[in-house]
Amino acid sequence: MIWIILGIIVVLIFAAMGIYNGLVASRQQVDNAWAQIDVQLKRRYDLIPNLVETVKGYMNFEQTTLQKVVEARSAAMGASGGGVKAQAEAENNLTRALGGFFAVAEQYPDLKASENMGRLQEELSSTENKIAFARQFYNDAVMTYNTKTQQFPGSIFANMFGFKQKELFELVEPEQREPVKVSF
Amino acid sequence: MRTTFWNEIAANKRMSAALSFLMMLILGGVGAAAGYIFEPDIWPFTMGAALLAGVILWVYTLSSGDKAVLAISRARLATPEEDQMVTNIAQETAIAAGIPLPKVFVIDDTAPNAFATGMRPESGTICVTTGLLSKLGRDELQGVIAHEMGHIRNFDTRLMTTMALTVGLIVLIRDFMMRVLWYGGGGRRRSKDSGSPIILVVALVFIILAPIFAVLLNLAVSRRRELLADATAVQFTRYPDGLASALQKIEADQEALEAANGATAPMYIVNPIQKLSGGEMSSIFSTHPATAERIRRLKAMGAMIENTNEALGQ
Repeated sequence: MIWIILGIIVVLIFAAMGIYNGLVASRQQVDNAWAQIDVQLKRRYDLIPNLVETVKGYMNFEQTTLQKVVEARSAAMGASGGGVKAQAEAENNLTRALGGFFAVAEQYPDLKASENMGRLQEELSSTENKIAFARQFYNDAVMTYNTKTQQFPGSIFANMFGFKQKELFELVEPEQREPVKVSF
Repeated sequence: MRTTFWNEIAANKRMSAALSFLMMLILGGVGAAAGYIFEPDIWPFTMGAALLAGVILWVYTLSSGDKAVLAISRARLATPEEDQMVTNIAQETAIAAGIPLPKVFVIDDTAPNAFATGMRPESGTICVTTGLLSKLGRDELQGVIAHEMGHIRNFDTRLMTTMALTVGLIVLIRDFMMRVLWYGGGGRRRSKDSGSPIILVVALVFIILAPIFAVLLNLAVSRRRELLADATAVQFTRYPDGLASALQKIEADQEALEAANGATAPMYIVNPIQKLSGGEMSSIFSTHPATAERIRRLKAMGAMIENTNEALGQ
């Protein structure tokens, strides 16, 4: 009889360890996914000065469009560390400013023909995709993690050891759902 | 019919697990049958030995290399300078998949096609033809790369290698038994009890037929893994139309892929040899499901994604 009880206790301990470790691994994945978004956002910041440099000569009359991109970039860089929501909003502004910029750039045939611009554009649209995919991966990881912390029996451990719900990296406006298409 | 890619992924994983289990049953059954023919009492041991051999093959695939296929296909490594778009797409998709960036190789062949190899995600490799790069648009190329990365994430090279080796093992046991029985089953006569004649006949018939079942099972698993990779690609890109349109183009292309041969053909996203021999329908001998069927499933997943987006937009 005593052995059966002991056996049950051992099994329960192992099950509890498994659930706890599962929560830790899941939280780790969320943090990694967030770091991955950060890497891609930084890449975008780095590409923008290049872009400004490339188009300067062609777009003398479009200073405001360019200015908007530069300002949105600084605002986004300033927003990092201000929480998921604030950063998401600032990044969405930058995405919008870039979208506006490429719409205007369409009107400059010389710019369109430049090989440098073509490569830069592919880099930027690829970076937009990377941000979108990193965000998608992050959101999926958050969903898995949040489900684990809410569902029984994981919810017991989540409360006991302070596994807090994580925020999704959401898009602010419905029109923002599509990544900017920069195709010439 | 509407379905989410999560459902598709789960269903295909369940099916291929069931098929792999059937393959194990055949291997164990052949081992047991061979044992029974020699000596009725030893069948549990020979069955165990056959299953153990299967496990050893599976472990062996962990340590074996991947280079053979690439050597056959004469591939060169893609560089960001020369192949900017495809290297970018590979980086993007690796982020979506959450796996290390696979190596991307380009095969100089005008027929559009692609395949993936690598026993584990860390050694993942994707090969695309120059024809694929020139004939597909960006979204279509992304669909193809995502399908190949789906194979890598799902450990398909390893599963299919293990399957092929297991089929080989079953054929080997059959050949061995045929030879032994042909040149006189001397071993058996030493036994006092030669077993029930009915079971003996059943065991013999099973050994003769087992390789055929194993080959068909292997093909069924291969078709499942293609559907799984399609659904996984949708999970990564959330854009089934890209892959659907790419499959359409690859299927419709009439050029022959010179790099492919009988051994490597099943690895490609669309089987380049079975495609040319015609066939709108897949059969039990196909390595891939019919392209039309794959496109139909992709469209069903696409309808579901659009629905969700609409619901979120409100």
